[in-house]
Formats: sequence, structure tokens, C-alpha cells
Amino acid sequence: MARYVAINAVRGLLTLFAVSVLVFFLARLTGDPLDVLAPVDMSREDEEALRAQWGLDRTLPEQYIAFLGNAMKGDFGPSFKYPTETAGSVILDRLPNSIKLGVVSTILTLVIGVPLGILSAVRRGSLVDRVAKGFALFGQSVPEFWLAIVLIWFVAVRWHVVPTSGITGWRSYVLPSIVISIFGIAALLRLFRSAMLETMGSEYVKLARLKGVSELKVIWKHALKPASIAPLTFFGGIVVRMLTGATVVEIVFSWPGAGLLAYEAANARDFPVVQALALFTAAAIVIMNLLIDITYAYVDPRVRLGQKAVV
Amino acid sequence: MSLRNPPRPAGGLPGTETSDVDELGRHRRRNMLRWARRSNRPPWLSIFIVLFVLVLPALLANLITVHDPLRGVLGDRLTPPAWMEGGSTTYLLGTDKQGRDILTRIIFGARISLTVSTLTILIGAVVGSTLGLLAGYFGGWIDRLVSWMIDTFLSLPHVLLALVIVAAIGPSFVTIIAIIAVTIWASFARQVRGETLSVRETEYVARARVAGAPPWRILLRHVLPNIANTLIVLATLQVGVVILEESSLSFIGAGIPRPNPSWGVMVADGRDQILTSWWVSFFPGLAILLVVLSLNLLGDWLRDFLDPKMRQRG
Amino acid sequence: MSDLSSTPLAQGRAGTGSGSPVLEVKDLRTYLYTRWGVTKAVDGVSFHLDRGETLGIVGESGSGKSMLALSLVRLTPEPASRNEGGQVLLGGRDLLALSEKHMRAIRGKEISMILQDPQQSLNPVFSVGNQLREAIQVHDRSLSGEATRDRSLAALKSVRVPAPERRLRSFPHQLSGGMKQRIVGAMAMAYQPQVLIADEPTTALDVTIQAQYLRLLEDLQERTGVGIILITHDFGVIAESCDRVAVMYAGRIVEQGPVAAIFDNPRHPYTRALLESRPKAGSRKARLQSIEGQPPSLNDLSPGCRFAERCSYAMSRCEEEYPPTVVIDGPHGAACWRSEEAPWAIN
Repeated sequence: MARYVAINAVRGLLTLFAVSVLVFFLARLTGDPLDVLAPVDMSREDEEALRAQWGLDRTLPEQYIAFLGNAMKGDFGPSFKYPTETAGSVILDRLPNSIKLGVVSTILTLVIGVPLGILSAVRRGSLVDRVAKGFALFGQSVPEFWLAIVLIWFVAVRWHVVPTSGITGWRSYVLPSIVISIFGIAALLRLFRSAMLETMGSEYVKLARLKGVSELKVIWKHALKPASIAPLTFFGGIVVRMLTGATVVEIVFSWPGAGLLAYEAANARDFPVVQALALFTAAAIVIMNLLIDITYAYVDPRVRLGQKAVV
Repeated sequence: MSLRNPPRPAGGLPGTETSDVDELGRHRRRNMLRWARRSNRPPWLSIFIVLFVLVLPALLANLITVHDPLRGVLGDRLTPPAWMEGGSTTYLLGTDKQGRDILTRIIFGARISLTVSTLTILIGAVVGSTLGLLAGYFGGWIDRLVSWMIDTFLSLPHVLLALVIVAAIGPSFVTIIAIIAVTIWASFARQVRGETLSVRETEYVARARVAGAPPWRILLRHVLPNIANTLIVLATLQVGVVILEESSLSFIGAGIPRPNPSWGVMVADGRDQILTSWWVSFFPGLAILLVVLSLNLLGDWLRDFLDPKMRQRG
Repeated sequence: MSDLSSTPLAQGRAGTGSGSPVLEVKDLRTYLYTRWGVTKAVDGVSFHLDRGETLGIVGESGSGKSMLALSLVRLTPEPASRNEGGQVLLGGRDLLALSEKHMRAIRGKEISMILQDPQQSLNPVFSVGNQLREAIQVHDRSLSGEATRDRSLAALKSVRVPAPERRLRSFPHQLSGGMKQRIVGAMAMAYQPQVLIADEPTTALDVTIQAQYLRLLEDLQERTGVGIILITHDFGVIAESCDRVAVMYAGRIVEQGPVAAIFDNPRHPYTRALLESRPKAGSRKARLQSIEGQPPSLNDLSPGCRFAERCSYAMSRCEEEYPPTVVIDGPHGAACWRSEEAPWAIN
């Protein structure tokens, strides 16, 4: 299993490297940041000085190597838009807000999606099942930005239950987290339902019943544990999709997080911030995938112990 | 070896396919299949919606509309839908803040959605399937490389990338098609690779290999037809995914440029007037919801219809 | 497999029945209600099982034999299936009338079952020890961890699993099919039940292991006196391991009796056809004889004999009226209008 982890870690690093290259060169495509950021009446000398200070006068590959070198040290350069701050600090400033929202959304997703999926399978064909399936369909089909607007209109404006934007207390988390989790809930619901149906119809579940095990234990122990394995493989994809959703949600709700920052930075051609953000995001995704791989390997004994026969 | 291609033991998901009811009537399978097909009616409502909200409007836009989707009558701005007070039958779903008819723009928006999704899926499917076939069939370093590429592209923060690219060269049709194609080819590749792996082990293909047939012929004549079904299902479902992606990106300004009536752009336009003129944002978004919902239903039904073995436990 | 009906094994095992049966099944009916109609999977089945005896139930796939087995322990697929009548008397108690809670206390303790495919019977994510421990603790929660472990080891030894301590830590995917089937047997016999139902226990095993496993079952029976219901489609297995046999067709038992009697003197054309269709070693015939036609759909059965449409000896009466069971000779009975004349007799 150590070998397995090592291989995946290396692949992850390669991915990270590729993403950094991609983002770097794409970002530079966006044209000259000085067009956007420098005051119109700036003199040519000052412009050249600024350009040199930001390292924009060197060739692209040189810039990349410099970037990479600094990045390894944790230095992502100054933010172009907020010259008094470094890119790193600008991001760190906003990141906690995104993380908080992300945590709430993830909890919501897990707490609603998984039990509903299981219940839906156990009570297949019942009202609960049909409602759950309908909800799952809706959740995978609804455009998040539109849902956000509609919800804001109804809940925040007409009923005054929650604020319309920004962070002003726990109520602010309600709408954004709901919108972000809807896709995840729908996806997890379907995955768990499908996996549970499969394990519940298995021979080993039948055998457990034959032993006299109570139905509750049969579901909880014998059906659920093997069923949890399959959704795990898709969990990474779900989280990535939710991350994208989170960016849009932050924009709609003016949530001062990393997503909104990305939007602002891209528009302002603030290279360092954009690059750093992209790297962070990619790194987060790579690490998450690695963790999922490890969990999978650990949970499934066939992978953990290998396929070698004992007898 | 990673989760995108998980090291699954041969048995796949722990579980079994037989159920007691099945064991009983193995010889009656034929009858049962006939019954199943008869009672698994096509989702007519979904087909209707896809046709009348997406396909037909897209194809016949010029013929069935009277208003100009791009230029409006300023004097008629923010007219409510026909059934509300202040509305009129001239503008069935009302107008936006530039006086443009919402219904007309939605109809032309369908053209945008259909065009973008068809082109992206064409590109994504061709590129993705080719790579998936190669990876699945030849294995070895090709497989390792393609798998890694799939993982990488699936880990890309694509909204961020879209923002960056568009901030540079401005939004355009080509840009958004390229951006989305770059993200969905991986889904096709992954699926095709998986299918190819299993089809490769079938007797059918093994015989062809033993007979010395060249790989390209095996791929074309034996493998491809077998995976065609899943490809069709995947393509149908991906149309919905693409429409959602495109509208999201257009909403944040990184997609279809104004004044084109992409549904996403329309929702963004109406955002400021949501309190007073809710219809500007509501109807385009509703169109997206209905179309994607119907496409998902259609895709699921197709999956059941084309190959009961693929069926998700319903 | 050669024709074993004349070996001493088949003749000698005339049942060690003590006369008072451990299991009595009377007119059992299990119907399935699906959108394709009503499927009469088990339609009036009656038999008994004595202590220490092995009853074979043989039939083609679709005859309802697996559904019969599940009906005995009340684990037929919900919600489609429903018991529509009859009794299953285990030691005098009707299992069909018990509450589910009571039934659970009995399952695995007084009546157990082994499933067909050992590859699928054990849960792949739990160790053998874990699953064995569960089988033991579910019926006796007061057992300490150590006592449970001792009993687990004892159970493994009773089915002759080598190195049992190591086995406890193993996972199913690390073991061979035969080993897994033994472990399933150990779990079933942990509380020395009165009845053991074995649903095609050797069908999924290697041929070389099959005989071994059957001998294991015999051995267990000798030591504990358990009554075994052995479900199979293989007459060779019947000949080797069973005392009596019941032939099942389309949800009903068409013939029942001691193994020797059935082999020598089948009184139902279906039984005869089944016996005829076995491959015989040393026979000159180029093709295997199979029974023409297909078993009927259990959704719409004729009121008459269900084998009539495939029977070479059918009369018009056969298609109109279902034949009663005719007693041939003591425990041997058959349900056929022509069972007495038996125009298909071998000699």
C-alpha cells in the first residue's frame, strides 16, 4: 500500500506541475496588466520601472522559473491590484470565508445526501424514494446561479428571513450553502441509493439474514459498508463540481471568499493572485484525490491486502 | 493507478446481480424482456420539452419570432408578462431593460445553447473517445499517459481558467466552446476507456486478435459498435451538463458575449431588477432547468432502453 | 458421472429416520406478485424430513426449488412474495405463524441454510473471524469475547479448516471457493441446528472439491444428527448423498420417494426423462438426450398436469385435470394419471 500511495503522490505532483504551467502561460495571455492597473498618465520611465519591479520585462520562460522558485518558498509575489499586499496574503485574507462556507456546505451535503440515499434504497418504491429521486433529478439539473437569485428574491427579499448578501452572521450561511450543496446532495443520493440497492440484493446480505441477524444490523453493517466504497470513487468529482459551484455562488451572494477574489483578480489582471489561486485550488484538488485514494485503499480489503491468496 | 481508474477487483462493486425473482425465471427472460420494454414507456413529456424548448426554437428561430432579439424598443422596457397587469400580448413574457422581448430572446437563446453544446460535445466526444479507445485497447504507457491527462484535466479549476482567458482575449463563441470542450473530453475519455477495457476481454474481440486483424480494424469494427450505446447515453446527458456550464460561465461574463441572448447572460441581465421585474431573470433560467431536466430523463431512459444490463437499479 | 443408482451407496442409505420428523411441510404455497402477474413459485408442496436423514430436492432451474428453500426460512424476496398457505412445522411449531422476531431467533440456530455460490456468500469487507463471530454472538449475546473466539475456532475445526487461527484473520478474497464454502458450513452448523438446507452447495465448486464437500456434510450429519435438505439439479449428487428425493416441477412435487426406488422405478414421466438425460459414462450415444420444450411460465399455468405439454405419454385427461398423488409403495408417491401403468418403465 505504501507503493500505491507513493505512485499516486507522484502523479499528483506531476498534475500540479502541469496545472501551474498551464495557468501561468494562460494568465500571461491576458495581456499587459499595466493596461489595466497603471494610471493613464504614468510616465514611460515609471512604467518601465514598474514593469521591471514586477518582473514583466523578462521572457516568459524566465518568468515562469522565477515564479516556480518563489512559489516553492511560499512567495507568490506582490498583488498587482493591491500593491501593498502580497498575493499570498490577499488570498489568505479571503480564504477562511470560503473554507467556512465550504465546510458548512459539505456537512449539509453529507448529512442530507447520504441518509436520504440509504433510506431511498431501503424503502424502495415508497413515497420517500420517489421524492428523493425527484429531488436528485432536480438537483442535477438546476442552474445554481438562477436558483441563487430565485432564492434570494423569495427568502431574503420577500420574507426577510435571511440577508441578501455578504456575511452578517449565521443566517448569511443559509442560502449560499443550500445552493452549493444541492448538486452534491443529488449526486450522493443517487450514488448511495444505487450502491445500497446492489449490496442489499447480494448473496452475502442474504446469508447475514439467514444467520438471524436483525434487519437493522444487516443494513447498517452488511449492506452499507460495501456500499460506501463505490461512491467514494466519485466523491472527488463531486467536490470539484461543488468548488466550481461555490465560485459562482460567491459571486452571486457577494461572499468575500476566494471565489469572488478569483473573479475580481481575473478582471483586474492581477497575475500573481490568479496564479496563486489556481495553484492552491489545483493543489487542494490533488490532495483531496490522494486522500480519497488512500481511504479507498484502506476501506476495501481487497486493495489493502492485495489479491494474493492465503489458501 | 488512482481513483479515476480505481484498482477494482474483477468482481467490481461488491454485490451480485442475481436476485431470487431472476433465478426463478431464467428461461422466461425472453418474455420478461418483452414485457419490460412494453412497460418502459418513452418519457414523452421530456421529449416534447427537448423538442419544443431547445431543438425547434433553435432551428426555426427566424421563422417563428416577430421581434428583434438584439434591439429593443426602449419605450417598452420592463413590460411585465402578458397575464400580469401592465403586460400585453405583444410581449408574451415581458421585456428586459432594453425593451427586448424575452420570449424572442429565449428562442434565440435556444439556438445558442444547441449550437454550443453540439459543437463542444462533437469535439469532446471525438477527442475523448479516440484517446479513451487508444488507452483502453493498447494499455501500457499510452494508458498511463492518457489516464494521467484525464486526471489532470478533471482537476483543473476551469471556472478560474475561463475567467483568466476571457479577461485576456474577451468572451466569444470560439473561446467558450474551446474551454468547455477542454473540460468534457475527459468524461468521454474515461468512460470509453473503461468500456474498451471490458470489451477487449470479450471472446469476440479475442478471436479477432488471434486471427491477426490489425488494431484499427478491430477498434473500428468490433469495439466501437459495442460501446456506441454508452456513448449515445453519455452524449445525451452531457448536453445538459454543457448547457449548465455555458450558462454559468455566461452568467459571470466569461462565456457568450453580450448582446447575444444566451440564457445565462439573460439571467445576469435581469439580476439587478429582480425585485421589480423578476421575469427578466426567471424565464431564461426556467428554460435551462426544463431543458436540462428533460435531457437527464431522456438520457436515463435511453440507458435503460439500449442496454438493460447497464441499467441503474430503478 | 456413471449411473450410480445401483451402487451400494444408493441402496444402503435407506434413511436413518427415527420416525418422528424434525420438519414437516404441508401444502406450502408461495406466490410472487409482480407487474407481470402472479407467479406461483411454490404451489402446494408437502414433504417431511426425519432426524439424520438427507432429502434431495431435484428439478430444472425455474422449478421453484430455490424459492421453496427461502420459503422455509421465510426469506422470500419482499415485497413481491407472499405466503399463501400451508404450514412449516419445525419440531411441531409452525414457522409461518411466528413473529419475525421469533423467526430470527430460529434462523441460524435451529434451521440453517448454505447458499450456492461461495464467492458471493461472504461479505468481502469483513474478515472471516468477524463474520463467524457474528453468527455465534447473534444467538447468544452473553458470550465473552474469549468464549466466542473459542467457539469460532471449534466451528472451523468441525469443518476441518486447517490453521483456523490464521483463517480468522483472513478476508474472503484470500480464500479458495472450497474453503469459503466450508466456512459458510461452519457458520450454519455453529449451533447444531435441527435442519440444514443446502441450496446447490457444490454447483459452484471445482469438480475435485465437490465430493469432498459432500462427504463433509455427511460427516457433520453423522456427528450431529442434523436433517439435511439438499437442493440440486444433479442426479449424481442425489445418488451419492441422499436418502430420499423429491422431484420438483413448475412449483409442485411430482414424485417423491427413497433414492433407490426413484432411480429404479420412476413413476412420473418427468423423473424418467430427467434420469434419461444424464450423461452416462461409457455410453455409445453421440448426443445427450434432453427433454423437449421448456418449463411453463409460472404466471399462467394450466389447470391440468403442468408437464403435459412436454410429455410423450400425455393423454387428454392430463391437460384437463391435475393428477392426485398416487402411492406406489410405502414412502414412494407420484402425481401422474399413468403412474401405475408406467409405460416408460425401464424394465
